[in-house]
Amino acid sequence: MMITTNDIEHISWLAHIWLTDSELEEYSEKINPILEYFGTLDEVEGDVDAAHHVLDLYNVWRDDVPSEMLSQEEALSNAKEIKDGYFKAARIL
Amino acid sequence: MMTWQSIEETKRFIETDGAAEAVHRCAERIKQNDFNSFITLNIKDALSMAEHASGGRLCGVPIAIKDNISTRGIQTTCASKILTGYIPPYNATVIERLKREGAVIIGKTNMDEFAMGTSTETSYYGAVENPWNVGCVPGGSSGGSAAALAGGEVPLALGSDTGGSVRCPASFCGVVGLKPTYGAVSRYGLISYANSLEQIGPMATTVADAALLFNVVAGYDNRDSTSVKKQFDTTLPLDMKGMKIGVPEEYFGEGMSSIVEKVVWDAVHSFEDLGAEYKEVSMPHTKYSLAAYYIIAMSEASSNLARFDGLRYGHHAEEGACHTSFSKTRAEGFGDEVKRRILLGSYALSAGYHDKYYLKALKVRTMVKKDFEAAFKMYDMLLAPTMPYPAFKLGEKIKDPLSLYLTDVNTVPINLAGVPAVSVPCGFENKLPIGLQLIGNFFDETTILQAAHNFENSTDFHNRRPGGE
Amino acid sequence: MVYENKDQVKIGLEIHIQLNKLNTKMFCGCRTGYHSDEPNTHTCPICLGLPGALPVVNKKAVECAIKVGLALNCKISEYTQFYRKNYYYPDLPKGFQITQYDYPIAHDGSIIIEGEDGERCVRINRAHMEEDPGRLVHEGSIEHSRYTLVDYNRSGIALLEVVTEPDLQSPKEARRFLDKLRNIIEYLDVSDVNLEGAVRVDANISIMGGQRSETKNISSHKASEKALLYEIVRQKNVLRRGKTVVQETRHFDEAREITVSLRTKEEAHDYRYFPEPDLAPLQIADLAPMIKETLPELPDAQRGRFIAQYSIQEEHAKTLTAELKLATFFEEVLFKGANVMLASTWIADMLKGELNYRGKTIDSFSKTDLLEILSLLEKNKITEKSGIEIVRTLLDTQNQSVSRIVKGKGLLRIEGDEVTETVKQAVEGNKDAVADYKNGKNEALNFIVGVVMKKTRGRADPKKVRELIIQQLHTTQAESNS
Repeated sequence: MMITTNDIEHISWLAHIWLTDSELEEYSEKINPILEYFGTLDEVEGDVDAAHHVLDLYNVWRDDVPSEMLSQEEALSNAKEIKDGYFKAARIL
Repeated sequence: MMTWQSIEETKRFIETDGAAEAVHRCAERIKQNDFNSFITLNIKDALSMAEHASGGRLCGVPIAIKDNISTRGIQTTCASKILTGYIPPYNATVIERLKREGAVIIGKTNMDEFAMGTSTETSYYGAVENPWNVGCVPGGSSGGSAAALAGGEVPLALGSDTGGSVRCPASFCGVVGLKPTYGAVSRYGLISYANSLEQIGPMATTVADAALLFNVVAGYDNRDSTSVKKQFDTTLPLDMKGMKIGVPEEYFGEGMSSIVEKVVWDAVHSFEDLGAEYKEVSMPHTKYSLAAYYIIAMSEASSNLARFDGLRYGHHAEEGACHTSFSKTRAEGFGDEVKRRILLGSYALSAGYHDKYYLKALKVRTMVKKDFEAAFKMYDMLLAPTMPYPAFKLGEKIKDPLSLYLTDVNTVPINLAGVPAVSVPCGFENKLPIGLQLIGNFFDETTILQAAHNFENSTDFHNRRPGGE
Repeated sequence: MVYENKDQVKIGLEIHIQLNKLNTKMFCGCRTGYHSDEPNTHTCPICLGLPGALPVVNKKAVECAIKVGLALNCKISEYTQFYRKNYYYPDLPKGFQITQYDYPIAHDGSIIIEGEDGERCVRINRAHMEEDPGRLVHEGSIEHSRYTLVDYNRSGIALLEVVTEPDLQSPKEARRFLDKLRNIIEYLDVSDVNLEGAVRVDANISIMGGQRSETKNISSHKASEKALLYEIVRQKNVLRRGKTVVQETRHFDEAREITVSLRTKEEAHDYRYFPEPDLAPLQIADLAPMIKETLPELPDAQRGRFIAQYSIQEEHAKTLTAELKLATFFEEVLFKGANVMLASTWIADMLKGELNYRGKTIDSFSKTDLLEILSLLEKNKITEKSGIEIVRTLLDTQNQSVSRIVKGKGLLRIEGDEVTETVKQAVEGNKDAVADYKNGKNEALNFIVGVVMKKTRGRADPKKVRELIIQQLHTTQAESNS
């Protein structure tokens, strides 16, 4: 099963990475052998539970007690664009 | 010939010349070497830290920090354009623990972009040279930390290990690197590549120093829900008599250098001489580890790296509406390998492919973990080569991603299972160091560090220096 | 009456409830009370999505979620875990939302509401925990704004999303469901539902068995009915023009009271859910029974008890238990010795009416004042009309007391000679009316009663006045006859 440039285009939308047409070609070329290699897992037989975590940890939680917050200045300190204490983003639509 | 610095030597130097002078010595060496091991130097701040250092187990001792560990007030880039200029307003837990012990942060070390690589060639800030041969890679992704140690620039360094990123460069640069048990060291402040696999790991020129650094940074942290309440005894050494060692046959696979194979077997026999017993063991799911590892790592990465949209921090492309701006920011800010892994990870999680790739990889992880559990019922420790060959040439593999992935064959199973492993120098090929990997049971760092220490004491590989004969 | 539902309206709701009674957010220790604070002053590396920061579950939030689940008659999962829902939006600082997917904390519940034709059982599909995104401020409308401002104070506030089956058949039923849900939430003390954005609704609507549209951003209660009505009319118009309704996400523009299509590529959602690697799963089999013990009396049970215990009217019991504060106020007034019938009528009818008229809550009325009024009423010292006047004066002016109002306005009921004298004057001063009455016009009597009541400014008992007038007329008749 080969991944097509159309597939890559869809994934690049999901991942929000802008790719030019030539990049779409390049990525599908380099990604295909990797996916083929990943496909070797198909030969693994036997059904076991999926290991989301390697440790059997449960119920790790904290009490509802406030901790230190950042100042507005600190919160905004790394943003390229701010306005009136807000982060400024481009229009949505 | 380069002088290396151990903690003990450094402390003696500080006693006679002062902590500030130790910082100057580091700065000079870094400049002299010019291996590109650092992205950001923190000399001014380090001098002030050195002057104020008044106690602790690492009082005044300089340390290099991999640039994916958040340092308050010091630029933290993950070697990516997308985080260039980002100054964290908070410290990682490990940084707080280091400061508590008086350590002095010299700077932030170069690495593969977002720790995605085995050669430190994917850094936005350029490749790092291997001190043993400047035409070779230092290994990755913690290549800057390893090169800084091997080049005598610092006595201690922190790296991070998602699929071998501490052990590989330790092996290629002839230093010591520990990948702790998953949950032993807090990940709070470590910029995630693949959360379920990675740990911050100590790197040093001797096992004793790595053990001490591990002791400083390890321990439960209520800010990391996957951190575990464990105490570690890293008192060295230990009597090796009667220790049971397993040698997994799958770790001597196709493509391995015959010299690497030989020196690792020599190492096994040195343990025999120390009184240990060994047997070959089979870990049948090893060959599927690499694919499972990369699928899990890329899937998690595709989500972890979604936050880099240019709005709150980092590179920002101002173009069109919000979603376009995000996409262009990410296109401009991420390098080629990072984009490839995000795309592959998004694909592996996407509708229709989730079960084939992501879920299947998690099931294989269970099987790999069971291999280890079975082995540790019979053996106290496993021995294997860290890398199948010594450092390769700069530019040799970077064009072919899959061939680069395949070099991680012996390190990724350890991360999949979550067990600890340490790499120590065990020989040379063409004047390039070879690393021996000692793999331990869950939270049994003690055994592998003690064994590594004994091995170090009975050999002299760690005494050889780059540039020496 | 049988409700036909001739358009085959099917409404399912997804209600996001902020667990804002918690001190801190869902996954970090930032304080929750941000509503009157500057933007981006309730943040930390975790809820700002700074690289390297890790979430930690707020245990109390889990307990609150279980409380709500139990109150909605849900099954509580013994095993539950968090997932990442991956999508891009500027209010989402990590590029994913931590939420639940498989194994939601509560599932398969139901509540009963008053439907179009009798009781309607609304099934609850699930209730799951998640984190609130930040708040976006569009310059103007979402369609035409040039840029978007982002405030992450709200980011990471614990949310409980309650998802119903499409069991609601009209906007009115949807509103009743939401009223009931708010009511239950209030009783559970997990959320101040009156805070801005505390309850936000997405509505799935279909008619005539067609495709459903999902309307987002319904933030106020009144808006829910309007948005749904608009959406039904819109879909009917689509069908009338011979077209079919497409499955899409629409945005409710509260200012214009219309829904607009969000024509973005975001439609092609593929959230790539996977378990959050930074959080451990929860095994909570032991929590639910413990929390069940601590559940407060819920509105339905309380209403039943009010009727049974106090023998008050069903309508009054309904009004009183529609608001926890009102019910508490009622029971506290009773505890202080008020007459049950008077108290229920006066709180549920008079007081509640006056409060609604002024957009106020029961918080703005003192129990002592009501007790005084009820006591004056019970002892017949004031009339009902005066009682209302006192209530109004207390609500409309400051620094007043019941006794001062009664004294200042002379509201004490007048009796005896004073009334007799006024009646006498009224009879003497209205000869025409007296003549009319004597000629058999009974309405004339009402006129004279009116005159007396006016003169006494309503402080006399109208029944008594009537008796006195008749008595007076007979006396004058007797006098003139003699």
